[in-house]
Amino acid sequence: RDFNERCAQCSEVNWGLTDGGRFYCRSCHHVTERTREVVNTDFITNSRVQTISRGSRKQEENDGGCEWYICEGFQLVLKKQAEALEALGVCPQMKDEILCNFWRCYLQKSKQAYCKRPAGETVKALSVCESSTDVDSDPERPSLLHLLSLSESEGDLPTDCSFASSASKVSESTSVYSGSVDGSLYLMKNQKEKLRMTMPMTLSFCYMALLWLREPITLSELLRFVVEGHIPYLNVFQHFPEKMKLCGLDLRIFCVESWPVYEEVFNKMHELAAFLDLPRFPDITDSCLLHPDMLCMKYLMEANLPDELHNWTCRVVKKIGIGEVDFLTLMPGNKSTRKVKYDVLAAAIIVVVLKLLFLLDDHYEWLLSEFAEERNKNNAEGGPYFEFKKWYEVVKQSLDVEQKKLDEERAKCLWRCEKPLFYSVKNKSKVLKRRQMVVNLQNQFGKLSGSVRRAEKPNPSTFQLSWSEENTDGSCFHGHSLKGVLQEKCGLLTAMNPDYWLCTVKLCNEKLCGHLAHYREVEFPQSYHFVLGLFSFLLRIQPSYIHDEVCMIEHKLFNKKLYKKLKYNTVLRK
Amino acid sequence: SSHEHKLNFRKSKEACLSYIQDALLQKQWKRAAEFLTCYVESLEKDYSREHIGPSEMIWRIGTEILWHHSQSSMKEFNCFMEQMKTLGVKRYLKVCLEHVFHLLCNGQIDEAYQNLSLAESWRFGEQTAIQDKEMKLIEAYRGLLDYYSWSKQKNILLEHSEDGFSDLAVEQEMHGYFRKAAVSLKEIIKIPGVWDVFVKCYVDLLEFYGDHNEARQVLNEYAYNSKFPANPNAHVYLYQFLKRQGESKKSLISALKILHDIVPSHELMIDFNTMLQKSKKRKKRRLGLEVIFAALDYAGWKENAKAWSCLARQVKQIVISEKHLDWIKQEWNSRKDWWPAFHFSRYLAKRNWQENKSLSYEKALVAGILLGKDCKYFKYVSHQGCKAQLKKFRMLKKFVNRHNPVYLRISG
Repeated sequence: RDFNERCAQCSEVNWGLTDGGRFYCRSCHHVTERTREVVNTDFITNSRVQTISRGSRKQEENDGGCEWYICEGFQLVLKKQAEALEALGVCPQMKDEILCNFWRCYLQKSKQAYCKRPAGETVKALSVCESSTDVDSDPERPSLLHLLSLSESEGDLPTDCSFASSASKVSESTSVYSGSVDGSLYLMKNQKEKLRMTMPMTLSFCYMALLWLREPITLSELLRFVVEGHIPYLNVFQHFPEKMKLCGLDLRIFCVESWPVYEEVFNKMHELAAFLDLPRFPDITDSCLLHPDMLCMKYLMEANLPDELHNWTCRVVKKIGIGEVDFLTLMPGNKSTRKVKYDVLAAAIIVVVLKLLFLLDDHYEWLLSEFAEERNKNNAEGGPYFEFKKWYEVVKQSLDVEQKKLDEERAKCLWRCEKPLFYSVKNKSKVLKRRQMVVNLQNQFGKLSGSVRRAEKPNPSTFQLSWSEENTDGSCFHGHSLKGVLQEKCGLLTAMNPDYWLCTVKLCNEKLCGHLAHYREVEFPQSYHFVLGLFSFLLRIQPSYIHDEVCMIEHKLFNKKLYKKLKYNTVLRK
Repeated sequence: SSHEHKLNFRKSKEACLSYIQDALLQKQWKRAAEFLTCYVESLEKDYSREHIGPSEMIWRIGTEILWHHSQSSMKEFNCFMEQMKTLGVKRYLKVCLEHVFHLLCNGQIDEAYQNLSLAESWRFGEQTAIQDKEMKLIEAYRGLLDYYSWSKQKNILLEHSEDGFSDLAVEQEMHGYFRKAAVSLKEIIKIPGVWDVFVKCYVDLLEFYGDHNEARQVLNEYAYNSKFPANPNAHVYLYQFLKRQGESKKSLISALKILHDIVPSHELMIDFNTMLQKSKKRKKRRLGLEVIFAALDYAGWKENAKAWSCLARQVKQIVISEKHLDWIKQEWNSRKDWWPAFHFSRYLAKRNWQENKSLSYEKALVAGILLGKDCKYFKYVSHQGCKAQLKKFRMLKKFVNRHNPVYLRISG
């Protein structure tokens, strides 16, 4: 980009870079002999980012590899993910501006680029020519075994047979610790202050960018797309260019063997936002698709619940003030406000509304349902009344089918890809042989499987369950009326149900025990479990997270009553 | 924080395995294959700390699927086995052996023999010594197939000699197989174990070539060497050999004695009792009674007319002689609480009479002696028998009536 010469052939100044690192004129495709000294810009074709400062690069002649840094790898990953999101309909701004800038900011703050390297932090290439004696004699340099045994959130990684387990092998395998220049250093540094980059964190970056742009993709949706394969995550490294050789400790960093968890990505994102000193995020107003009113509408549809319930969710939202801009908008670094999980919040609101109208104590909702059934049998005028029992049966059936499919998909998950991974060159042939055998066996048994194994991944969709009003079997409840459970009082519609049971009387301290409340199967009514289970499936998170939000909402909603009770109790004690 | 619900490689493979297991148990081979396809990438991961690694899993599961799947051919099966042999050197001989078993089940004797010979010549450093047991088994089975070939040649030879031919070539071949078989079989039966099929074949060879001493020694070792696991068949083989050799009753009886101790319900107990009854020695006759009562304790013998006739004969003989009634009393003591319902119910009386008259006759005799003439079984059968005007039942009735006091002495 800094190249401003005129093209020899067409005199234009419109340069691009070939894969080989040469400049070529975009107008006439004339390729010059000028090459970039730095290979880095191959990887970033759209940014105004300056090159990462470092010394001159050397091409390794033996295997055609080049020197590369871990953060370059992550940059590639982010680029791929952004492209995928763009393909899903996210505006191109996300990739070209937002994510890019966040990343630059991160590199700067974590002193991996865009700054003078602090003295004493020279990157030692722990690659070729290091003998085992050095490893033992230098107390500061960690042994390979130590690095491998550092606990990672990813769990086990591909270890070649006795590689990690036998100490005697260390001497054999010191020839290559990592394909990247700073792989070992990366794992070793004390990362507490600097927020070391990890694969799950790439998703935190993505989510942060999505939130900044107020895109309608929620975190649970993002993670679902990742698992479904629409967003590169597992085995992204196979898209790294040939020259970037991945081996040894790089595998620890880039190879994942577990799917990221909502909490993990969520918390990291907030840490990141604070770390980058970001200002207040763009406002989440009630016209925004992340607003609880909007999300509730979406989830109500997906849960096959009557549209009329939306009035109630809006009422609850308004009453406890969780629709306010200040509550919903992210203010990084502000430790006093509770971080908002938009999707979980919306689901929890619906659960609370169901509890308000149907009580969900394993008795009342069935009673109400019987009344509605009676009415529906005798009088079909004005459309059907909502029957909890029917809804339960219909939804449960679909849910069971989908859950079963999901469980099987999880068991059939393929973690490996064509690109082979090896810790060291010595193990390469063994790894390749194994891979070949795996492919052979997959072919042999694949043929015996009968059905064609999912050739393509299913199209990405926002809705996992869909219900059509056109079905004459009455399995769609969107248009059903809540008249059966409501009554008019002083011109206002209220629930017939006079009671409510709190999930918990006292909220726990989240910082101490990680949760606001503790969801244990035995204590709650089955209907409550079912409803939590439904949203747990839709959002792909543990029911306990939704339960926490429900508790939080309830406490806000019944704040006055609880406060009174507390006060009353303390008065008594006096 | 703990993310136990987090889905990772290990958990998803565990889940995969449990789906495979379910499919196998329900004989859904296609489905099992589907999930196995997803499981095989476990090979690329290290499981050295687990008890059973993925390579063994894949071998065993794959074998089952390929063996039962309708679209799988023997060719595919063999190809798969060859791959499995390369997967784990520590299991090489075991895989070879199991492959051979499958070939034999499929009737591919020649291929099985080839595989065994190949495996026999396998050497792999210290593994050869470690897998010594499997090697011995391979040699033994190879020897078994040699025996099989020997047997075929022998039959050909016998046919030809009947027709008047003498075939030198066949004879030479036959002897060749004999030598090979004998060497291997002899080796394996030296090791303590259960080698029924090897022992039988080896003894057959020895007998054919007239080496009865060696045969006797082998069988004695097999039956009496305490290092070998207790094996009723060992005694059966020994007994049958001795019988073939025309040995004395004494040695036959001693051979069967241990069998009675180990397996009182063995079918040879009838022969045993027959021999013992006829003995001149009182102790032996006493043992005979014990043996036949013990056999009839077992449900499988309930309708065995021969067994009942042995018991009836002996009981009758004792009653007539009026000597040793206490023997009956002793045997009856532990049985008088449950035998009546077990053998002599009215229902059984009806059924036995309908289905097998001679069985009911023998049983009625025994019942009449042990339980008296008023017992249900005897009354019903003898009544029916007399009604049908069968002479022997009339005789039976008279006999029991005459000896009724015996019952009183026994039951008292």
